[in-house]
Amino acid sequence: MSLQTETETKRSFNQIGTRPVRPDGIDKVTGRARFGADMEMPGMLHGLVLRSPHPHAKVKSIDISRAAKLAGVKAIVTRDDFKMPKDKDLVDICANIMARDKVLYDGHAVAAVAATTKAIAREALKRIKVEYEILPHVTDVDEAMKPGAPILHKGMRTGGMDTKPRKDSNVVKRYKFGHGDVEKGFKQADIVIERSFKTAATHQGYIEPHACLASIGPDGQGDLWVCTQGHYMVRNVCAGLLGLDVSQLRVTASEIGGGFGGKTTVFIEPLALALSRKANRPVKMVMSRDEVFRATGPTSSTSMDVKIGATKDGRITAAHAELRFQGGAFAGSPVSMGAMTAFACYDLKNVQSIGYDVVTNRPKQAAYRAPGAPMAAFAVESVIDELASKLGMDGLEFRILNAAGEGTKSSYGPTFGPIGLKTTLEKAKSHAHNKAKLGKNQGRGIACGFWFNFAGNTCVSLNLQLDGTIALSVGTPDIGGSRASMSLMAAEELGVPYDKVRTIVADTASLGYNDVTDGSRTTFAAGLATIEAARDAIGKMCGRAAKVWGIPADAVKWENGYAKPAGPNAGAFKPMSMAEIAAIAHKTGGPIAGHYEINADGAGVSFATHIVDSEVDPETGRVTILRYTVLQDAGKAIHPDYVEGQYQGGAVQGIGWAINEEYIYGEDGRLQNAGFLDYRIPVASDLPMIDTVILEIPNPGHPYGVRGVGETSIVPPLAAIANSVSNAAGVRLTELPMSPPKVLKAIGEHNRA
Amino acid sequence: MRFESPQTTKDAVALLAGAKGKGRVLAGGTDLLVQMKSGMAAPDVIVDIKRIPAMKSIKAEKDGMRVGAAVASAEMAEHAALAKGWPGVVEAADLIGSTQIQGRATLAGNLCNGSPAADSVPAMAAIGAKARVVGPKKRRDVLVEKIVTGPGKISLAKDELIESILLPKRPPRSGDAYLRFIPRTEMDIAVAGAAVSLTLDTKGVCTDARVIIGAVGPRIIDVKDGAKALIGTKVDKAALKAMEAACSAAATPIDDKRGTKEFRKHVVGVLARRAGQIALKRAKGSK
Ligand SMILES: Cc1cc2nc3c(=O)[nH]c(=O)nc-3n(C[C@H](O)[C@H](O)[C@H](O)COP(=O)(O)OP(=O)(O)OC[C@H]3O[C@@H](n4cnc5c(N)ncnc54)[C@H](O)[C@@H]3O)c2cc1C
Repeated sequence: MSLQTETETKRSFNQIGTRPVRPDGIDKVTGRARFGADMEMPGMLHGLVLRSPHPHAKVKSIDISRAAKLAGVKAIVTRDDFKMPKDKDLVDICANIMARDKVLYDGHAVAAVAATTKAIAREALKRIKVEYEILPHVTDVDEAMKPGAPILHKGMRTGGMDTKPRKDSNVVKRYKFGHGDVEKGFKQADIVIERSFKTAATHQGYIEPHACLASIGPDGQGDLWVCTQGHYMVRNVCAGLLGLDVSQLRVTASEIGGGFGGKTTVFIEPLALALSRKANRPVKMVMSRDEVFRATGPTSSTSMDVKIGATKDGRITAAHAELRFQGGAFAGSPVSMGAMTAFACYDLKNVQSIGYDVVTNRPKQAAYRAPGAPMAAFAVESVIDELASKLGMDGLEFRILNAAGEGTKSSYGPTFGPIGLKTTLEKAKSHAHNKAKLGKNQGRGIACGFWFNFAGNTCVSLNLQLDGTIALSVGTPDIGGSRASMSLMAAEELGVPYDKVRTIVADTASLGYNDVTDGSRTTFAAGLATIEAARDAIGKMCGRAAKVWGIPADAVKWENGYAKPAGPNAGAFKPMSMAEIAAIAHKTGGPIAGHYEINADGAGVSFATHIVDSEVDPETGRVTILRYTVLQDAGKAIHPDYVEGQYQGGAVQGIGWAINEEYIYGEDGRLQNAGFLDYRIPVASDLPMIDTVILEIPNPGHPYGVRGVGETSIVPPLAAIANSVSNAAGVRLTELPMSPPKVLKAIGEHNRA
Repeated sequence: MRFESPQTTKDAVALLAGAKGKGRVLAGGTDLLVQMKSGMAAPDVIVDIKRIPAMKSIKAEKDGMRVGAAVASAEMAEHAALAKGWPGVVEAADLIGSTQIQGRATLAGNLCNGSPAADSVPAMAAIGAKARVVGPKKRRDVLVEKIVTGPGKISLAKDELIESILLPKRPPRSGDAYLRFIPRTEMDIAVAGAAVSLTLDTKGVCTDARVIIGAVGPRIIDVKDGAKALIGTKVDKAALKAMEAACSAAATPIDDKRGTKEFRKHVVGVLARRAGQIALKRAKGSK
């Protein structure tokens, strides 16, 4: 059966778009759900990590002898227990999970201990003696790019340059995207605005710290229970780091208390396995919040220059951006994605974006929802806003005039198919929020945003049970409600009620490889595979009915949960339900299951426009978000509650990022606010209700028209809030977070000027 | 580690006096437990005072209202007479943490923790609250501002504890108020705080005032010039402006992750002026 496209997206649904109760709801509100730290095993040990207090130092020696002598200590691992892997993709991961010749950031692991109690493990850490030779450090992206900055990696030469660099550098690579002639474009402009921006590093702030329970025997067979966005990834990486056969390690994903991209790599998992192997006992490791902040992956801090020119009548003639992102101690900041997405919302003749990936003495960044895009959008949409107001044009009108549409050659290369950007802008224009009156010290901001969305490797299995109900196994951890959406899609396709399908996240031994739940891919890709697996099962069920009736399989059709003769010529047989087919399956050929495996393509890009009102206290610089509306294209909302949740969540994380959240490093290169007290994510009372408008411009790449929705929603907020606060304060704010001291200072300087 | 829940103040004091190693009083535990969890505190004996009836009550006395050392801030907010008579103290205690924290957090704990940013302390000091300190031999009533000597340091002996806090009776036409600045709406630590208490005569002229600022120095600061700026005036705009300036001048904050020096000096003045306006309104409203 081939994927059906256009015609089918117009089909009417029975269950898609309804809002049934979530399958994990009761377990989560009653505390029965098992998260990473909720698993125990007989004989289990507790693992803890010793971390570097220095941002940059040579590790001259590690003496574990006093710790090893402590009663109750069963294993200690250091860099000596991990061989540098041959696989290039694993080299940085290996050096990140356990420092080698140098520690590269405050919090970098140098040793791990497993002991019978946490208290003993804690005491053991104190007894490990590490001799450091402290080196000069750098944590700021612009400082790290300067000649003479402390170099993190000997031999690192900037890639992507026109001439081959002769000196070591902290700049990993330069990226370049765009088309047309930017210089010529700026000459055609009547007005050009150029501004510089900075954003602080922020953490995903998931509520559940990383946790796992590893058990590996002398025979090399291992099990790992872990809180992750991708247990197949964890399996592959850990097997590589420990030198295990992939099939010998079975990884089970726990319930997950948030990830937002931050749980798409490994930190403590290989350490727990290595400790377990050494001690020959199960080892549980749970990070403290302090460790989560210091040693997992926040997103990049950035420094950016954006220049945009337009004619008097509001046409953009040229756009240029230079983005500099530090991604922590190893290569791989999301600057390339920042540069690709920066101008994706606009139909431009002349556009160029350049990105520099920079290393600094900070923890290696990890993905954070639409990695790289929110910062780039902040810079670009701030300049767009200023241009519109200088031109005396309404911000939405200006954007509509220049917006990308179907057939636009995007700034990063591909030509767009049917997209929803203009629809979100038009709907924003007519939305009541856009027309509401503002009071004193209040301002309104608007911004749009883009995200690619991803598809990827997916494998699902759908089993018909003896009573005719369905067990659906997927391999993508459910971080945003995907089990409900999968059940809905299977139920829709099979024509049975939602509660006849139970979807689980299967372990790595039960299904073929599944990519991580990231890139807003799961409802798209695992959904697509679920629909196809259901169709596979339907084909088989029709075949069984045909067998019973003694007619050819293609003379049987499937309708509303029943196998029926396809037409009058097929014969007059009483339709068979799933339960009836299941009950006699042992007589008609055995168990019935549907399968589907694919490296999916066709994830539709998605766009959003956000409107936000804020109020600034001119005497303290304090910002209050008053009203917030998200308008976003979902392609097709399978379970609208969850879609709205994603929209609201993106806005809320954006509010935190824009106003208060930041990694604060001291002169000593140490993180000063490794806790939720001084790393200020918004609390419920900081927020207004986030209003949402779901738009559905079907994605031709999915049988039901689904586009990913999880990431686009965090792209516009930084810019929308900055525009709003700038309007409220009467002065343009170009640095995030717009914390009270910064806002107050900007107002003060503006008033004095 | 030993955990004890004595039934009387006398037993509690005896436990502290007899403790081998470090003894610590446990009231709500919202500071102590956090410190223990993070490894900052490791007491040998924990003396829970929540089972002591005298420490769990709010009682009217001749000289004012006596709040037991184990009374949670939520209980204070629900006590009508307390909220009416000392709105500044009650609103300060009501700012601590969140609803959950307020079910546990106490005035005495807030005071004895010794944080320069403790919210209820400026408010208590502004109205002249007195802590009843009990030791094995004697008890003494001490002005709240005399308890904290520096960040995390208090003047109590190892075998002393606070049994209760007296909020002295308010003269007619008095009002008090407390405001703090935090970037969020709750679950945060004051970047600056200001409490104002004032009393008016029948003509509306301020006869007495106290202005106390917090989180802008190693301990709370009694801004005498701020009080002077109000006394003898009708607490008009000019007087409040002068009080604001006095507070900004008196503040000795540091630059840290929570705010810059410059920001804190400015904001503490703004808060004091705004608290002054509220205190004035309350003084005018009360008989
Ligand atoms: C999430 C959170 C948010 C918070 N927010 C705020 C806030 O907004 N503002 C603020 O000011 N504080 C805040 N705090 C700190 C804390 O809640 C307050 O300081 C609270 O008032 C402490 O009271 P407690 O009864 O819980 O003290 P405990 O933790 O029981 O005790 C604190 C200290 O005082 C000692 N102690 C307690 N009672 C006595 C006594 N009777 N005699 C002698 N010593 C005693 C203890 O030994 C300990 O050293 C917050 C804490 C948390 C965890």
